[in-house]
Amino acid sequence: MATSHTGSGARARLALVVAIVLSVGAGFLYVGGWFSPRQLTPARLVDTFERVNGPHPGFRRNHAKGVSISGYFEANGAGVRLSKASVFRPGRVEVVGRFALAGGLPYAGDSAATVRSMALLFALPNGEEWRTGMNNIPVFVVKTPEAFNEQLIALAADPATKKPNPERASAFFAKHPETARAIALIKAQAPTSGFADSTYNSLNAFELSDGDGRLTPVRWAMVPLQEPAPPAAPTGVAPGANFLFDALTARLTQGALRWRLVLTIGQPGDSTSDATLAWPESRERVDVGTLTIDHVEGEATGVARTINFDPLVLPNGIAGSDDPLLSARSAAYSQSFTRRAGEPVAASAVTTPSVEKGSQP
Amino acid sequence: MSKLPQFAWSSRVLHWLMAVALLTMLCIGAAMVASLGQYRLLVAIHRPLGALILVLALIRLVNRKLQPLPPFLATMSARERVIATASERLMYALMFLLPLVGWAMLSAARVPVRLGPLVLPPILPHSVLLYTLLRRSHTVLAYLLFFTFMAHLSAVLFHTLVLRDGLLSRMLPWSPRGRARNLRSAQDREHDAEYDAEDRG
Repeated sequence: MATSHTGSGARARLALVVAIVLSVGAGFLYVGGWFSPRQLTPARLVDTFERVNGPHPGFRRNHAKGVSISGYFEANGAGVRLSKASVFRPGRVEVVGRFALAGGLPYAGDSAATVRSMALLFALPNGEEWRTGMNNIPVFVVKTPEAFNEQLIALAADPATKKPNPERASAFFAKHPETARAIALIKAQAPTSGFADSTYNSLNAFELSDGDGRLTPVRWAMVPLQEPAPPAAPTGVAPGANFLFDALTARLTQGALRWRLVLTIGQPGDSTSDATLAWPESRERVDVGTLTIDHVEGEATGVARTINFDPLVLPNGIAGSDDPLLSARSAAYSQSFTRRAGEPVAASAVTTPSVEKGSQP
Repeated sequence: MSKLPQFAWSSRVLHWLMAVALLTMLCIGAAMVASLGQYRLLVAIHRPLGALILVLALIRLVNRKLQPLPPFLATMSARERVIATASERLMYALMFLLPLVGWAMLSAARVPVRLGPLVLPPILPHSVLLYTLLRRSHTVLAYLLFFTFMAHLSAVLFHTLVLRDGLLSRMLPWSPRGRARNLRSAQDREHDAEYDAEDRG
């Protein structure tokens, strides 16, 4: 019998079986990134935050210091011609969110120069949600997650001097001229006095689609109806460690805070994939409604701590652009969320009790 | 020459649909947790594919209850039959559990699962503690599925390529031509025993 099970023939077939099984196993390890130890992954990016900032279990790895906010959004209907998303139809939707300071240090003292963020979750009909995280800077500092990781390392404080190593910093800026240009744009715009009078920009571009499938590239911003004021002049008294958050609470006790949601319409040639580049000032802007924030609360009781403000949780009618930062933010936020969800929770720096608009402090 | 008994046509089709879906899913799952650049694309496939697998698992379970199985091959020992039955049950359980745990985990994290214009309703309340437990379970169960699949693959290849008993042809989508190889001599079975001895050695 030619196909006997004896001797070298069977051994060769057994070797073939082993080879197939090992190849399948190796293929699985390959797609899981086991053979690419130098590739930046969500875990490695979040590891960099932990290395640079030290361990702060239970806190967000970036924008670690913050408070929970809530209110509502009233659309005026002007966005309907651009997007079929229900959020743009005239009406009111509930919003929860978070004000925070950029950086991975949950107990850092407030500073007017630190980047401020507004994260929002619009609870839409039929279970849809729109989540967005915005910053009070006009452009982002890097255009890729790899550059972001490099920047974290290059600008990390040297343990000896407590300042970034100037050689490493200048090597980074030499390699990333787009970051140097973005920082110049950011520095040209002086910060305002606090959270209430800041403009918060989406930084990344998104793509709106209307009922006919027409696509429109946009960036969006929350533009304050509170009159912007410069940061308070030094009084000789050192400001409190939470002076920005305290001022926010104080303003809310006087009344609700409002922002206009403004869409900036991109034109052909405006980069949607590079968040370090500003779009021209002349671009059409569409005011699509008003955000009202009437409640602030420390993270111990507020809901924001248990929400991942993933910028790719979007309703039908809004989609991400080709900006690589969006996928990376989504991946890294998920990694950060999963890590902190499994950690014991320490008290947050800002422990504002629940404050409604107009209530007495 | 005897006609080789096969699984029912519907069982074979469902088996291969599920095999493709599960292998794609395992690869996407492994790749997506390690990827920054492709995370968005992979998640956009992972969630609807998970929902599809859950539906497919339900159809397959109904089909499994309705369709008779071909008898075990003579080349499978009593112990091997017990293992084959147990691993089949485990894989059926995982086909249901993995999508359900994924859905529950996203519900606990308060992440809406969007399938086109539809959003799946949450099946658990918002709780980061539940999320943590379920997120870890999702990974553990996925590895369990992967190792069960590897054992299944190894066993089928061993039977088909080394013992040459035609095991795989029982599940092929087409009907194999009449070269049934399950008529085996006593001599063949002796050599199988040698392999068993080597495995144990």
